[in-house]
Amino acid sequence: MQIAARASFGARTGLDRMSWAWVGVAPFFLFALMFLILPTGFLFVGSFQDADGNFTLNNIANLFQPSIVSAYWISLKVSAYSAIGGAIIGFFLAYAAVLGGLPSWIRPTLMTFSGVASNFAGVPLAFAFLATLGRTGLVTALLVRFFDFNIYSTGFNLLTMMGLTLTYIYFQIPLMVLILAPALDGLKREWREAASILGASGWQFWLYVALPVLLPGLLGATLLLFANAFGAIATAYALTGSSLNIITILLYAQIRGDVLHDQNLGYALALGMILITGLSNAAYIWLRMRSERWLR
Amino acid sequence: MKRSRVGSWIAIIVGALYFLVPLIGTFEFSLRLRRGEYSFEAYQIVLADPRFQASFAYSTVLALATIVVGVLLVLPTAYWIQLRLPRLRPIVEFITLLPLVIPAIVLVFGYLRIYNSSSWLPMTGSERATDVLLMCSYVTLALPYMYRAIETGLRAIDVRTLTEAAESLGASWPTIMFRVIFPNVRVAVLSGAFLTFAIVIGEFTMASLLDRPAFGPYLQLIGANRAYEPAALAIIAFIVTWACMGLIQVFGRGARGSTPDTR
Repeated sequence: MQIAARASFGARTGLDRMSWAWVGVAPFFLFALMFLILPTGFLFVGSFQDADGNFTLNNIANLFQPSIVSAYWISLKVSAYSAIGGAIIGFFLAYAAVLGGLPSWIRPTLMTFSGVASNFAGVPLAFAFLATLGRTGLVTALLVRFFDFNIYSTGFNLLTMMGLTLTYIYFQIPLMVLILAPALDGLKREWREAASILGASGWQFWLYVALPVLLPGLLGATLLLFANAFGAIATAYALTGSSLNIITILLYAQIRGDVLHDQNLGYALALGMILITGLSNAAYIWLRMRSERWLR
Repeated sequence: MKRSRVGSWIAIIVGALYFLVPLIGTFEFSLRLRRGEYSFEAYQIVLADPRFQASFAYSTVLALATIVVGVLLVLPTAYWIQLRLPRLRPIVEFITLLPLVIPAIVLVFGYLRIYNSSSWLPMTGSERATDVLLMCSYVTLALPYMYRAIETGLRAIDVRTLTEAAESLGASWPTIMFRVIFPNVRVAVLSGAFLTFAIVIGEFTMASLLDRPAFGPYLQLIGANRAYEPAALAIIAFIVTWACMGLIQVFGRGARGSTPDTR
C-alpha cells in the first residue's frame, strides 16, 4: 500500500512523501510504545510518587534500608563474580580455539556448543546443577566414594551465593566465547609479524599490542555478562527457592504479594535495576565503539 | 610453540568438562528413580503427566504465535527502514536492544500495572487476553534476536532493485513483501524463529507472574516437589534447545550454498 502511495503521490513534495513513509514503521513504534516505553515509564514515574500521586523522593531514600541494600549487594556480587569468572575462562577458551593452533574441527564444535549452552539457562539449568553438585549429586557422590572427600563438609553449599555463581558461569562462559571469537579473529597476523621483526617476544606482543587492542572489547563483554546475570531470576528461583535474597527474587515476591507493603517502593526497586543494567550496557556500547576502531 | 599448544588443549578440556559434567550428572541422576538400578522411569512418569503435555503444548503454541507476530512486526519494519527511512535505523536499533537492557521481570511488572483489569486496556481481565499479553511479552523478549537475524538477511540482498523490479511488474505491497522479499530472507527468518522458540519454550518469569500454565512454571513446580523428574525434564529441555540451535546451523549452511542464486 505504501508502495502504491509512493507511486501515485510521487509528484507531490518531498515533505508530503515523508509523512506517508512514516506509516510503514508506525506498527513497530506503537508496539515499542505499548510494551517497552510505557511500562518502563510508568515504573519510572511511580518511583517518584507517594501513594496519593504526589511527587516525592522518599521511595529512593527508602531503597537504602538494610534488607534492600543487601539484596542489591548480593545480586551485584553474584553478577560480578560470574561475569569475571565467565570472562576469564571464556577468553582462554576462545583464544585456544581461534589462535591456539588446534585441529580445525575444534572451533566450529566449540561455537555450536556455545550457542546451545548460552541458551540453556533458566529453570532446567538449576536442575542440572542440583543433580551434579547437590547433596546427592553425581560429582558430590563420586568425590566421596573415590577421594573420601565431602565438599559439603568444607562449608560448600550449592544453595548459596557461591553455588549460584558457579551455576551462572555455565551460561556466562559460552556467551563470552560467542562475543570474543570474532574479536580475536580481528587480531591481524601482520601485527604479530611486525612485532617479532622489531624484536618483541611473545609476551611483549601480548602486553603491548594485543592486550591494548582487545581490552575495550574484553571489558565491554564482561559488562554485558554482568547485566545478563543481574536481570536473571529463573535459575536462582528454581535453585534456592526464596532462601537467597537477591534483588530479582525480592522483586518477584514484591510483584506477587507486596512484601514491602509499599507499591511505590516496589517501583523504585525496579528503577534501581534498570539503572544498573542500563549503565553497564551504556558502558558496553561505549567500549565496543572504541574496540571497533582497531578490529575491522 | 609447543608449550602454547598444550595450554590450548588444557583450556579446551577444562571448558569441555564444565560444559559436559553437569549434563552427565543430570542424565545419571535422571536414571536413579528406582532404587539400586538405572531406569528411564522418571522420563515415563514425566511424559505421561497430563500437566507436562498440556503445559508443553501451551508453550509450543505460544512460541509459534510469537514467531508469526514477531516476523510480521519486524520484517516489514526492517524492510521499510532499509528502503525508505535509513535515517531511523539507529533509533529502531536502539529500541530493539532495550529488551536486553531492561530485565524481563521489570517489563512484566510494568505490564501488570498498566494493563491490569481496571485499566484502560484490561489485558489481564480474561485468560484469552492474558494469553495475548504474554505473547506480546515474548515478542518483546525475542525482539533483539529477531531484528538482528532479519536485518542481517535484508542487508545481504538488494532490497531496492528487487522492490523496483516487482513494482514495475505491477506487484502490490503484500505481493512484494510476501512473495519477493520474504522468500529471499527465509533463512534469516528461520534462524530468528528457532532462537525465539528456544527462548520462549521454557521461559519462567513472565508466564509465572502473568499466571499462565506454561512450561516454565510447570518445570519450577516439579522442581520444588519431586526428586528425579526434574533431572529428566532438564535433559528434555536441553534436547529441545539443542534441536533449535542445530536447525539454525542446518538452515544457515543451506543459505551460504544458495547465496549465489539469490544475487
